[in-house]
Amino acid sequence: MSNTTSNPSQERDQENAAELGAAGSQLSTAPREETLANLPAMGVIGWIRWFWRQLTSMRVALILLFLLSLGAIPGSLIPQNSVDELKVQTFKDAHTVVTPIYEKLQFFDVYSSVWFSAIYILLFVSLIGCIVPRTATFVGQLRSRPPGAPKRLTRLPAYTTWRTEAEPEKVHEAALAIVRKRRYRAHLAGDAVAAEKGYLREAGNLIFHIALIVMLVAFAWGQLFKYEGAKLVVEGDGFSNTTTQYDNFKSGSLYDDDELTPFSFTLDDFIGTYERKGPQIGTPRTYEARVTFSDGAYGKPEKKVIKVNEPLVVHGTKVYLNAHGYAPVVSVKDGRGKEVYKAAVPLLPIDNNVTSSGAIKVLDGYRNKNGKIEQLGFQAFFVPTFAGKGKGTMWSQFPAADFPVLALNGYHGSIGVDSGIAQNVYQLDTSKMKEFKDADGKQLKQRLLVGETMKLPDGAGSITFEGLQEWASFQISEQPASGWALTGAVAAIAGLAGSLFIQRRRVWIRAVRGADGVTVVEMAGLGRSESAKLPEELADLAVTLNAEAPTAPGTDSDVAEASSVEPAEGAEK
Amino acid sequence: MNLAAATNENLAHTSNVLIYSSMAVYTLAFFAHIAEWVFGSRSKVGRTAAALTTEEAAAAAGTVKVQVAAKGGGTAVLEKPKVITRSAAGSRDVPDGPGAAGGTFKGDLYGRMAVSLTVLAFLVEAGGVVARALSVQRAPWGNMYEFSITFSTVAVGAYLILLALKKNVRWMGLLLVTTVLLDLGIATTVLYTSSDQLVPALHSYWLWIHVSTAIICGAVFYIGAVGTLLYLFRDSYENKLASGQEPGSFAQSVLSRLPSASTLDKFSYRINAAVFPLWTFTIIAGAIWAGDAWGRYWGWDPKEVWSFITWVAYAAYLHARATAGWKGRKAAYLALVAFGCWLFNYYGVNIFVTGKHSYAGV
Ligand code: HEM
Repeated sequence: MSNTTSNPSQERDQENAAELGAAGSQLSTAPREETLANLPAMGVIGWIRWFWRQLTSMRVALILLFLLSLGAIPGSLIPQNSVDELKVQTFKDAHTVVTPIYEKLQFFDVYSSVWFSAIYILLFVSLIGCIVPRTATFVGQLRSRPPGAPKRLTRLPAYTTWRTEAEPEKVHEAALAIVRKRRYRAHLAGDAVAAEKGYLREAGNLIFHIALIVMLVAFAWGQLFKYEGAKLVVEGDGFSNTTTQYDNFKSGSLYDDDELTPFSFTLDDFIGTYERKGPQIGTPRTYEARVTFSDGAYGKPEKKVIKVNEPLVVHGTKVYLNAHGYAPVVSVKDGRGKEVYKAAVPLLPIDNNVTSSGAIKVLDGYRNKNGKIEQLGFQAFFVPTFAGKGKGTMWSQFPAADFPVLALNGYHGSIGVDSGIAQNVYQLDTSKMKEFKDADGKQLKQRLLVGETMKLPDGAGSITFEGLQEWASFQISEQPASGWALTGAVAAIAGLAGSLFIQRRRVWIRAVRGADGVTVVEMAGLGRSESAKLPEELADLAVTLNAEAPTAPGTDSDVAEASSVEPAEGAEK
Repeated sequence: MNLAAATNENLAHTSNVLIYSSMAVYTLAFFAHIAEWVFGSRSKVGRTAAALTTEEAAAAAGTVKVQVAAKGGGTAVLEKPKVITRSAAGSRDVPDGPGAAGGTFKGDLYGRMAVSLTVLAFLVEAGGVVARALSVQRAPWGNMYEFSITFSTVAVGAYLILLALKKNVRWMGLLLVTTVLLDLGIATTVLYTSSDQLVPALHSYWLWIHVSTAIICGAVFYIGAVGTLLYLFRDSYENKLASGQEPGSFAQSVLSRLPSASTLDKFSYRINAAVFPLWTFTIIAGAIWAGDAWGRYWGWDPKEVWSFITWVAYAAYLHARATAGWKGRKAAYLALVAFGCWLFNYYGVNIFVTGKHSYAGV
């Protein structure tokens, strides 16, 4: 359908271009469209040049942009390793048929995949290949003067004329003064004043595209040099920023260990409050971690509060509060009644009401009633708000510690920490352990309130639920060059606004003496096609100039005859 | 404490009543618009206007009037220069249609009533949003219900501002009011979430900045998309006329009254271009917020991905407009795809995809 209209219009465009000549040239620095008919003049160099021109053409930029957005889609629908490895594993387990295909296509790592990288690298090569010549063109345009008037001003999108008794030289002078006052760049070229305004549009456009490169480089830099680690801290405990202290630590491929900012802090108190009524009961309302913080190795301790949206910032390193949970304090006595273990054991939340589970491991110091060294392990299940006995549920009813209950069962034997296999601190490997049994020969299980004790059978000792503490986990990260990314972003917006809101336009004012000795003034304007302002601006200029060079009496500014000519590009109703 | 809670309950209730009332008024506006279109269809003006495809018509309409302050004391009437304008190369020189009322008095009357009712409904709806904000004592954008009611309020507000600026936009009245009703219908039935506070992750002044601009962008993009969609219909209608075919009578009646394809096309371009920088800002503000809340400014979370896709799609559209051979219909399809991405980001991602942006009961 569009073919029927686009062909004549293209012809028309070409006609117009021929007619306007230099006057219409380079109102932007957009590259010329290459048609596929311009096949290369063979030879390797010819091909390379052809390929380069294609790559840096607007059409290819457009296609690459489209591909980029298309390519980003799978990453939003399929779990990504970079976001959540656990989810990826679950997905892989559930979809055994498509998984190999997805893996081949790198669908679990879309944003670092070969094909996605290829698209954006091509796009940015294209972008650079586009910016460099455009900047050169633009600088050239800034250095040179606006092109002279085309022969027939009537062909331009906005046109006006009148006759005046003022001398042509006077008209030119007045015209120059008027347009310069409005901050056009103007000069007299032959019999007409040529004026141009709105160079900032092009500058803005170039700044925008350059800012995109700055942002990409800053983002890539940040990825290469960043580090990120997590640390769980129980109330009363501390953390100091060295790699060995982290629970897990990830860094970019060019990151260097010595770059860690030295600081330390102690978690004094964690405060969480929750909605107590209404349909959103249990939704968290505040989370804050109160810490005592010291900057550097020997900094003065200061009190600080870290909230969900308000990280602690230490010389570019940010400390975020990202999770919390409960750590029941338990103590264990051995068969001789000696306390061999006392600690706050952080448990991992498994639902929104902070039902938590974990393991208590007594690794050394314990001797059974025969005096033999053994290890003890307990599987712990904790609810901050217990539904109550006989309610049929062991799940927590509310996230705050209103009615804390700790359920335990116990094992003895070897936990297997020495076996060299890294162990999950929250899970108990019971393969080399034996259950403690109750009087009926069933596994010993007990629910404890704070202060209660579970006796282990046959004088094997006891375990006591002493109290409750909370823990907070912190994500500590540094991503260098984010300042650059931000600068690029701000420049991009500024450039974009300039590029979209500023019109670049040219105005010509020709004054020549007619055969009858009266001066004919002609004015015409040309702009990029999308603005309705051009005719208004021209009319405004015309009125101002008309005051200096008044319409000669008895003549009518009859322009109707001119209207039969073909319209030119950039014209507007 | 209890007293405060009670006021909040009352305000929340007031908000609901206002939203329902605005729906009632929008419904009246909807019928008034229908009446406008129906009366307008009886006019002959529409049909004859459609036939005016000559260039003379465009040239004649092209003069610009300039107001100049009269010179002090001078009584002689200055002969002001007339400015001749021409329409852009490649576009058909078709004049704009006469509007829904088709130049009929009755149609116009109903049209004006529809606009007045829309103003009223807008005020009531805006009141509903404000009451909601007061009831929760925070920005009213904590969940999709609140997001939806604000979204349609802003869309109607943008339309009314354009009207107040004397822009030719009344043609979109019916479509806009219909979709606003749809949006409110979905909001009050499917998405309703009772008034409540925010999860801590949303406690930030970035909520005001990021979400308000996101809503404005969406609402204005929506208006652009309406323009684009109508452009496509009107363009094929004009194509049919140009190639001598007879469009169907419904198309004839309705499309002939719309502005010309090139006017619609320019309208939606300007709208989209005007909000694109704001959308860019929205994404950057979101990234800064993510940096504060989650420790990384960009992490390819589904919401982030779809914002990015939407952004790139609109950038592609703007590029298409600057690339010969892609103007017109092809660019229009891109604009619709881009808006589709925005919509999916809003509904689809919240409902079908889980990510960090899922919170507060949809
Ligand atoms: C990262 C990818 C890119 C993005 C997001 C992007 C975005 C944009 C946007 C939003 C505009 C509209 C501003 C305006 O109309 O003035 C624009 C204009 C422009 N872009 Fe890009 N661009 C990209 C890559 C490129 C490339 C590779 C080229 C070179 C082939 C290019 C050349 C241009 C030109 C010449 C204009 C100005 C068009 C005109 O004067 O109307 N862009 N770009």
